[in-house]
Amino acid sequence: MPGGNGAFARRAVLTAGLGIGVAGFAMTAAKGVPQLHVAVSFAVLVLVGELLRVNLPGDRDSSPIGGAAALAYSLLVALDNGTDAEHGVSTVIAVVFVAGVASALIHEALQRDARTTDLARRILATAAAAAAFRLVLVGSPLEDVAVGRRADQPLLAMAIAALVGIAVDLGLSAAVDSARKRAPFAPILRNEVTAQAPLSIATAATGILMALSVPVMGLWALLVFCVPLLVTQFSFRRFASISTTYRQTIRALSRVTEVGGYVEPGHARRVMTLSVAVGREFGLTDADLLDLEYAALMHDIGQLSLADPIPRGSTLTVAPSERRRIAQLGAEVIRTTGTLDRVAHIVESQASPYRKMRENADVDVPLAARIVKACSAYDDLVSTSREARGTRASWDALERLRMGMAFEYDPRVVEALTQVLQKAGDL
Amino acid sequence: MRELPPRARLYVLVVVLLAFGSAGVASMGFRGSWVELGALALLYGLATHFATPMGKNMGVSVGFIVALAAAAVIGPHGVGLIGLAGALHPVSGSGRTVKRFFNAAQFSLAALTAGLVFDALLGGDGTRNIAESSVPMVLLAAIAASLVYYVINISLIAGILSLTSELSLARVWAGNVSPVIVAYVGYGLLGLLMAQLYQEVGFLAAVLFLAPMLVARAAFANYAQLRETYDSTVRALVQAVETKDYYTRGHSERVSRVTEMIAREWGMREDRVQVIRIAGMLHDVGKLGVPTKVLQKQGKLNQLEFEAIKLHPLRGYEMLCEIDFLTEALSGVYHHHERLDGRGYPMGLQDEEIPEFARIIMVADAFDSMTSTRSYRLAKTVEEAVAELRRCEQVQFDPKVVDCLVAAVEKHGWEPHAEPFHGEKVTKEGRRIDSPVPVISTKQGLVAVTPPEPEEGERSARG
Repeated sequence: MPGGNGAFARRAVLTAGLGIGVAGFAMTAAKGVPQLHVAVSFAVLVLVGELLRVNLPGDRDSSPIGGAAALAYSLLVALDNGTDAEHGVSTVIAVVFVAGVASALIHEALQRDARTTDLARRILATAAAAAAFRLVLVGSPLEDVAVGRRADQPLLAMAIAALVGIAVDLGLSAAVDSARKRAPFAPILRNEVTAQAPLSIATAATGILMALSVPVMGLWALLVFCVPLLVTQFSFRRFASISTTYRQTIRALSRVTEVGGYVEPGHARRVMTLSVAVGREFGLTDADLLDLEYAALMHDIGQLSLADPIPRGSTLTVAPSERRRIAQLGAEVIRTTGTLDRVAHIVESQASPYRKMRENADVDVPLAARIVKACSAYDDLVSTSREARGTRASWDALERLRMGMAFEYDPRVVEALTQVLQKAGDL
Repeated sequence: MRELPPRARLYVLVVVLLAFGSAGVASMGFRGSWVELGALALLYGLATHFATPMGKNMGVSVGFIVALAAAAVIGPHGVGLIGLAGALHPVSGSGRTVKRFFNAAQFSLAALTAGLVFDALLGGDGTRNIAESSVPMVLLAAIAASLVYYVINISLIAGILSLTSELSLARVWAGNVSPVIVAYVGYGLLGLLMAQLYQEVGFLAAVLFLAPMLVARAAFANYAQLRETYDSTVRALVQAVETKDYYTRGHSERVSRVTEMIAREWGMREDRVQVIRIAGMLHDVGKLGVPTKVLQKQGKLNQLEFEAIKLHPLRGYEMLCEIDFLTEALSGVYHHHERLDGRGYPMGLQDEEIPEFARIIMVADAFDSMTSTRSYRLAKTVEEAVAELRRCEQVQFDPKVVDCLVAAVEKHGWEPHAEPFHGEKVTKEGRRIDSPVPVISTKQGLVAVTPPEPEEGERSARG
């Protein structure tokens, strides 16, 4: 689903998820809920899990406990009194739907984001897992009752079902994200997998464990196995909060060059936004995008070492050797952090042309550095001529970059930049 | 092994021989399935490998859960062999083979002893005795085993540390006993649960049980690493800002240190200490918006220049206001030039109106300014600075904060930051030998920038 309309992808997931949810609810309401106390216990756990959800870096919301409970209910084949679990796929959907709607209403009442798309995603993923489980186990995805009687060792089916659930969940999440960011699907999916895999594995393991233990320990197993998952969630929350702080701090401190009068107000921020969008066009990973973001924000930090600010802050007007010296000084500052070496390398290389006379492209100049270089030049050119030229300014600036494509600016970067500007409606 | 002193080498050898010997002897009493034992050993090794212990919490490992579960399921005799899989514990630096052997040995000894204690408390008949014992007894046995495992673990490590670092054994030991011991008791109970799962649901259930905990440990390790990175990044960026003014170099970091010292003495909660520490580091970041020649000007400032200076808390506030973590500290950055008598800037707040964070940063800022060399004067000694703060309390500073500073400096000491002053001679203590520029009167404020006549500054600050 590359490109496309962001709102459309989101609405499609929402309609499908809630549609299936309503259908499952209606079927269950018509037939009645078998073993009501079991259904209610799982619904309560899903609800609690959704209320305790954790926000991961990159605005990814996750509810490990809700996910584990939903998965466990779809995989449950027997109860502790020796009876079989009698619920089918529609009951599973109904339980997740009811708990999800209740949690959305509570979030709404507490004036927090209800995250209905995430709810729709959870319903679809759980339905897929429940259907896959029954398909592998008894050959019919919508089998209703007494699944357990026909299977002695459902572990393989459980594992396959859990993987199907994770795949649907991450796939849909990446599709919505890719449409929203107007970026290619494959790299976004890869980022999604990298970011979510550890927590997804912990969630799936706990879900399977609950389903395996309820026949032995009874419904207490649900509470007991929430504990390790809560610890996991707590660790992730701490990590997420320090990541956010780190990002916000670099963003804030990158403004020192503006406050000091070295560059135009907002320059660093604009170059960052543009660079990250261009980086997405190239399908960079989250980790590379973060380095790119930091490098773009701090690309002018070397100017702090200058006694007097360059007029209007644009390094376009200074001699190449001076430009290189400033980049070098900036890289030194960044290197003293001890951990941002890759960012320092990008900042250092941004003054170098992407290729030298009569040579091929310089492999020592990382793609991120070429992106920052072109985006920074573009922003300088646009802001110096915007007042006089109006909307023509963007075209003129791109034209100037194109004239530098022989050596200064990588043509692929300029091409990607043009696309980004077109998508954003700047051209 | 070459870098180890001979005594340490002997120690490692003894521990390794003891561990391998006792694991071997104990395993002769093992009657269970060797496949089961191998699987548990693998699980123990993996848990030890992935649950990276960090810093002070050395030796803490999810592996203990597996060790206790193994003691409960297959009896104590095989646990020594399982502990040898502790060789998979991550090691770094030189002499890795020796470290691996030592880890295998110390984990094995700890696991075997804990297993024997657990078994002895439950009647000592070897295996599968949880079900027959009473619940309180099983819990007691698990807790006792946890403590034994922990104590042996850190004692053996303290031994090698003390032999290689020449610190006394008691000191290393005391330095490593930590609240983590509580976590160990928790791990012991989880170990019981895992044993139960293993017996009633199966081995794979035990594996699944460990997954979330290993993921949690990995996330926590990432968190700890990023936290360190955060500090060094803020420090580096602040240093870059300070390159503009030779005489304030290192000021921010020192203010951060003093702020933290005061805050701890003040009895602040740990999370708020972390916030105010970073705020102390960033309190002057808005100075970058003030022209360098004004900052470095010697002598009195005119009205216009003083106005420029007075903007710096606002600039700092504007820059930092989007960092959520610092929300409470923003008031500290914005108001760190207020005075108790209301003659400070930017708002002219008085006494209790001045936020707690600002009152602390204010004192830390003044203290470091006075004890370091500036373009217009030399560094004072700690005693002189404290006397000066005392003289200005009630008027400028909160006496309670000054009390905390004095107490903290008495406890931890403070090295005045005396740099050579325009090439003039300065003694070791930072005392000037001769002063080319008279020290500016402290009536007008002790901070880095000396405002002009108070009446003028005051009116415009309030207007």
